[in-house]
Amino acid sequence: MSCAPCWQDILPGTITLGASSRSVETGLWRSVRPILDAGKCVSCLRCWVQCPDSSIQTCDGGTVQGIDMFFCKGCGICAAVCPVGAISIRPESDFLEETGPSGGVNPVKVGELVGQC
Amino acid sequence: MGSAEAVLFEDKRLRREMTSGNMAFAEAMRQINPDVVAAYPITPSTEIPMKFAEFVANGLVDTEYITVESEHSAITACVGASVSGARVMTASSANGVALMHEIFPIAAAFRAPIVFGLVNRSLGAPVNINCDHSDSMPERDSGWIQIYCEDAQEVYDTALLSIRLAEHKDVLTPIFVCQDGFITSHCYEPVEFLSDEAVKEFVGLREAVYPLLDVDNPVSYGSFVTSEYYFEIKRNQIEGMNNAIRVDGEISGDLARLTGREYPPLDCYRTDDADYVAVIMSSATGVVKDVADELRARGIKAGCIRVRMFRPFPSKEISAALSGKKGVAVLDRSASPGGVSPLAAEVKSALYMSCRDGFVPVFEFIYGLGGRDLFPDDVKAVFEKLRAGNCGCGASYIGLRDKMGGGD
Repeated sequence: MSCAPCWQDILPGTITLGASSRSVETGLWRSVRPILDAGKCVSCLRCWVQCPDSSIQTCDGGTVQGIDMFFCKGCGICAAVCPVGAISIRPESDFLEETGPSGGVNPVKVGELVGQC
Repeated sequence: MGSAEAVLFEDKRLRREMTSGNMAFAEAMRQINPDVVAAYPITPSTEIPMKFAEFVANGLVDTEYITVESEHSAITACVGASVSGARVMTASSANGVALMHEIFPIAAAFRAPIVFGLVNRSLGAPVNINCDHSDSMPERDSGWIQIYCEDAQEVYDTALLSIRLAEHKDVLTPIFVCQDGFITSHCYEPVEFLSDEAVKEFVGLREAVYPLLDVDNPVSYGSFVTSEYYFEIKRNQIEGMNNAIRVDGEISGDLARLTGREYPPLDCYRTDDADYVAVIMSSATGVVKDVADELRARGIKAGCIRVRMFRPFPSKEISAALSGKKGVAVLDRSASPGGVSPLAAEVKSALYMSCRDGFVPVFEFIYGLGGRDLFPDDVKAVFEKLRAGNCGCGASYIGLRDKMGGGD
């Protein structure tokens, strides 16, 4: 999970430095997420080929290791192309404790950032 | 003239000429010698790009002068040049300013320290070329600093100090240097100019923080951001505005050491012991000051506040200056149809938190739309209404032909 910068740490002028997309957690846009059942997976790599966000993690031998949630937007292509039903799609609301109710951007609970000037 | 001042004239650190607000701004531009000017002429600011084009043609400046096909293109070119690291100036008025509107918040968010000669003129329709503040007021939330000058001397001085204020690392915010169309922009009056060397030394060179043309340290401006980042970026931008009054004080102090002229955010005239105060901006201030003098001679404690800096608005300063007054009249040169006039809204808002210490009645007056003059007798009538407590809760109009009389 990223820890997005406070306003004081923002560079002036809407500036972004090079390769900044690497640090932007587009996974925060997800409303559903893929869950891999490693017992069913046969590492055919169809999901690895089709994933638009390069989120399928593999080891050197070409075996599927898991799914990186940092850039995964929950499009569901991996589950759709899986020939053995090893990937299921579940709503993000099942994982609230993991991401925090504010979507993981703020390091504190919702309501604790009200009223600062 | 004091002896110290005489020495300044003798060794040519100062010269005094008859000139106009437009010509004073153009002369400041010549001395500042900006890297880029992109402009499209419109009355009554036309003389600024016109005179500056002459300086360019005669080789008196090193500026890249970009002629464009519209005001929108002019300000867009200014923004591109400014984020590239250039020192940039331009000018416009009225509907030209309105056409630029889309780009103003972008310039402010890019922290592009453009210094802009805004010569106030009424917004059409109907078409009218004379002064009111209806062109600059719609830009009050665009993120630009707004300074309203009373006369040509102040236009010149403010152009110089605005370069440093806009480019200051704690501010990095573009500035509108506003003057009243025709009244200030075209009338001739004596103005003291610094020497070219003194100006060069005063404004220095721009040190851009993240210039787009620094290919060894590449950056992007204005990329798409989601809701996770936009809020913090805007708050970061607002901090530049929050620092502007402090930094303006420092830079005004530096300029005052060269010129002897000081420019606080509020110009308070005989307000300390005043019972009744009129608040106004720009060129009509002198009328109010004269009337205050006349009323003082008759034993009425009248005062005047000229708001010089409208963005950021000096709320604390005006609240302190007006606390305990028996009545305040705010004279606006623009209207906010369906709302409170811009200057009155700021003054009332500033006084709200201090109302526990005693209520100060504030009344709205709208004057001078489309260049209509404000006369001493108008201002006297305003003070009479204040003394009588005879003001409505909405806006009253000054000098308006009205079957029902003056205002509601």
